[in-house]
Order: sequence, then structure tokens, then C-alpha cells
Amino acid sequence: MAETDDAPLTAARSSSTQQEAIEADHGAVTAAVVTINKPAQDLYAFWRDFPNLAGVLENVESIVPAGPQQTTWTVKAPGGRTVSWVAEVTEDEPGRVIGWKSAEGADVRNSGRVEFNEVPGRGTVVRAVIGYDPPGGAIGQFVAKLFQREPAIQARRDLRRFKQLMETGEIATSSRTLAHHAEHKAG
Amino acid sequence: MRALTWHGKHDVRVDTVDDPEIINPRDAIIKVTSTAICGSDLHLYDAYIPTLQKGDVLGHEFMGEVVEVGPKSTLKKGQRVVVPFTISCGSCYFCERHQYSCCDNSNPADNQDISDQLYGHPMAGLFGYSHMTGGYSGGQAEYVRIPFSDVGPIVIPDGVDDDKVLFLSDILPTGWMGAENAEIKGGDIVAVWGCGPVGLFAIQSAFLMGAARVIAIDHFPKRLELAKRFGAETLNFNDTRVYEALQELTGGLGPDAVIDSVGLEAHGLFVDNVWDQIKVTTFMGTDRAHAFRQAIMTVRKGGRVSVPAVYGGFIDKFPIGAFMEKGLTMKTGQTHVQHYLPGLLQAIMEDKIDTTFMISHRLPLENAPDGYKLFHDHQDVATKIVLKPDLAKTTVEMPA
Repeated sequence: MAETDDAPLTAARSSSTQQEAIEADHGAVTAAVVTINKPAQDLYAFWRDFPNLAGVLENVESIVPAGPQQTTWTVKAPGGRTVSWVAEVTEDEPGRVIGWKSAEGADVRNSGRVEFNEVPGRGTVVRAVIGYDPPGGAIGQFVAKLFQREPAIQARRDLRRFKQLMETGEIATSSRTLAHHAEHKAG
Repeated sequence: MRALTWHGKHDVRVDTVDDPEIINPRDAIIKVTSTAICGSDLHLYDAYIPTLQKGDVLGHEFMGEVVEVGPKSTLKKGQRVVVPFTISCGSCYFCERHQYSCCDNSNPADNQDISDQLYGHPMAGLFGYSHMTGGYSGGQAEYVRIPFSDVGPIVIPDGVDDDKVLFLSDILPTGWMGAENAEIKGGDIVAVWGCGPVGLFAIQSAFLMGAARVIAIDHFPKRLELAKRFGAETLNFNDTRVYEALQELTGGLGPDAVIDSVGLEAHGLFVDNVWDQIKVTTFMGTDRAHAFRQAIMTVRKGGRVSVPAVYGGFIDKFPIGAFMEKGLTMKTGQTHVQHYLPGLLQAIMEDKIDTTFMISHRLPLENAPDGYKLFHDHQDVATKIVLKPDLAKTTVEMPA
């Protein structure tokens, strides 16, 4: 653990320091932070309704309810295939924190935690930490690749889209035509 | 539709491309009636700005008629609007503070990575100005999709000519903010480097803000003549040692405020400029900054430095010693266009600001490539070129 300063652990120069900091026993972790000009309660409410996130998270095709604390996540795979797993809520503090984790038997074990901290005059600081295990097997390898495609960049972009949707009611795109937009969903 | 597209260095063409469509709820589509070529478009033409792609539609100074609106747009079909070159959401931290050109949301999430890495934070979206600023199709076209149309465009009253209000889109507010950033007080002496459109508007603005004298620096006689028309004293750097002249004209004190409206393509064969040119051509640096350095050396102690000029990357030999030891203040930035629109439209309506004087050419959109060449090669003749999509293609004579 870094003990010489007050920096966030994800900014540590040593990656082992970062990994030690993860409560879960995942092999890799990424974090992203963004300030959103909306009350924490609004942001929490949108996120807690997990199916909403499919429109924000680039690689996720759909998230559908699978029980009181469970949702089924489906991500796109090459050749028109998809990969799915069930995630369950592990932490839920209204207006403050949501945590979730893949259920037993997922091809790629993963977890996430998002915190909402309102800062007067600035909005709400939203911090997301995503952890996952590089898995075995063919599908697992694909999913790992998906996650490992610069996961820090992925998380940052996903949070930016979340911010755009919350602050402006839409996700910015520079597409000129609907056809181009459909092809490049993320702009 | 027909649109001016970028294909490479000094290669722009008018092509037929897909018409824009409403995509997001706050969008509108306008039919362009007038659009201009900006000095900063020449940076794209010269391929100084990275992340352009073949086929990109250029142009960020434009106006037109609203022909289609999304469900959350506040515009109405048939309204005439001038569109700011900066795209701003109106609801983020920065827009709420009227720092519209710092908008957090108008640049698509993926495109933000480029400027985030280059500058430490992502830039706002701009029309027709590379993928670093969003990859939005620009206004040198028959039609344009306008995102966040409830925040940007200003509605123009009937009966006001396009030519009078077109420059609200960029160069007029840019010149105004350039003067505002110089924090001009009554009786000040202000020096302005570059008498292109932004410099000329900065000169007019400086006088309106109470400057006693404005000294304009350029090397194109026609541009210096225009500066003189607005009451500026002029210096031609081909004939005159600018630092020495400015000290003498200010009793050795130096100007109270200086404005760099030249930017990354500063002309002039000075030693540091030659070195900058070598670095540009060898990819060691991107910006040539002689005017900027000279402005810092010239300004009085405790003076103000305003930089409305466009810079994209790094410069060497920033005179940090002069900057610190003289106790200077510097302000800069892309223009917060939306903040200035209502006041400047009012000033135009009251004839306090003259905007049409600088238009040297009105060309059909079909002749836009000729316009680029003319503006690039003959800056003394071509001070400002306005393109009209509804004019038929013609033959453009190049000056000898």
C-alpha cells in the first residue's frame, strides 16, 4: 500500500500496489472518475436500474432483470455471437454506493462498484472501479480480450457517456446520418 | 448535398455527400445561406492540425435557415440563425459558467481521448475542425446538422443581411474576447499583432472598450490600411523594427496590453521563426510563435497578454523569464461564442460595429477550392471570403 502520500491507489506507480488494494481477488482492475452536474440521488437511481446502463456501456448489448437482486448482462462477440452472465448486487446504499458481482459459473468473473459523492458547487463525483479475472477457455479468452482492450480507456469513455446522458439528456455524436450513427453507436 | 471536403494538404474538393439527418432530440438541421473561410481553416488546408480524415466536411463560420428540428430543439422551421463554431451543451459545469468553449459534453466520448492526452483534458466539439474536436461535419455545405440547437444558434431578425451577422459565428466574438482578455481600461495603449479578421475586430473592440490608442502590426499593406480605417496606428514589420517602434511610440514604457491574433502560422523571417520552421517540417514541434514571443517582450511591466490566436501543440523558447520578471498576466482560449452573441448582435443592429468591410470576395460554394487557394496564396487581396451555396459555379481569376 502507498503510505507516503494522499494519492488515490489507482494512481500508484506500482501496479502491484493497485492490485493489493482490491478487496476482491480479481487479477486486474481499472477505475475511472468523473464529476457530473446532477444530484447524487438522480445518478444513483439511473444506475441502480441496471437495464438503463446498456445504452451507456459500449460493449454491453443488453442488461435484463433476472431476479430481485440479479440481472443478466449480454455483451457482443464476433460472428454475431453473444456472451452472457448473471450479475448480482452485493452492496446498495441509496444515493451513495452500488456494488455488483458476477454470479457463480460466469465465464469471466467480474465485479464493479460505483460511488456517488456530492460536492457542493461542483455536482457529484462519480467513481467506478471494475475488477475482473482473466479467464480460461475460448469464450473466456475472447471476453478477456474485450475487457483488456485498454479497460481504463473503456471505463473512462463509459463514464463520459453516462455524464453526457445525465447532464444533457442525450449522448453526443458527430454522425451526420442515422445509418452512420447506427454503425458507430458511440460516435 | 454538395459540400467542401478535405482530401489532404492543399487538396479540398466540392463533393456530393449524404444529407444530414436529425439524430439526437436537441438537433436541428439548417440550410446554409452563407458560410466563410476562416484563417484557421488554412491551418487545416496546410495540414498542420492532426486527426483530419479524407472526406471530412470543413467550415465553422456559417448561418442559414432552420429546415428541420428534433423534439427538444427550441428552434422553429423557417427561422434564420447564425451558428457558433463552438458546440456547447448548456448544462455542464463550464457552460453554466458561460465558458462555453470548455463544454464537457459536446465532443463525443471516444473523440475526447485525443485532446485529453494532448492537453490534459478533453476539448469541446467544434464544427468542421478535425476529429480531435469531435469530427462534426462543418458548414461549408448546403446543409448542416446542429447538435444542442437549443443552446447555440442565435435567431436573426428579418431584414438584416447575412453579410452583417455572419461573423457572429466566430471572428467577431473572437476579436471581442481577444480585447476583453486584454482587460483594457480607459486610456490604455494596446498593440495588436495580425490584422486578419480577428485582429481587425479586436482593434474595433479595443476602442469600444476605451483604449486611447491601438497599434496594429502586420506586413500586408491592404490589411494595415483596414486597421487604419478604424483608427489604429500601423507598423509594417517588413519595414520596421517592431520592438523598437513600440517602445518609442509608448515613451519607453511599452503597451499596456498586447493581443496576439496571428497564431501558429506567423510569417516573418526571424531567427526564432526559421528554427520553428525547421522543427515543424521535421515534426519536432508544431507551432511558429514569433509574434507571441515579441508580444511578451514588448508589453510593459505588469501588462496583459491576450492570445485569441490558434495554437495546437508546443512552442519552444517561451520567454518565461520575461513573463515572470515583468509580472505579466496572460489570458487565452477558444471563444465562448454563446456568451457574446446577444450583446454583439445588438452592437451590429446599432451600427456600433462594422462587419461587412472585410469581405473581399463572395464566391459560390462550388468554387470553394478556388477560395481556399486565393485566401492561402493572396492574403493581401483576399481579406475574407464568403461562400454562397445558392450561386452557380463560376470562374475565379487568381491575382497575378
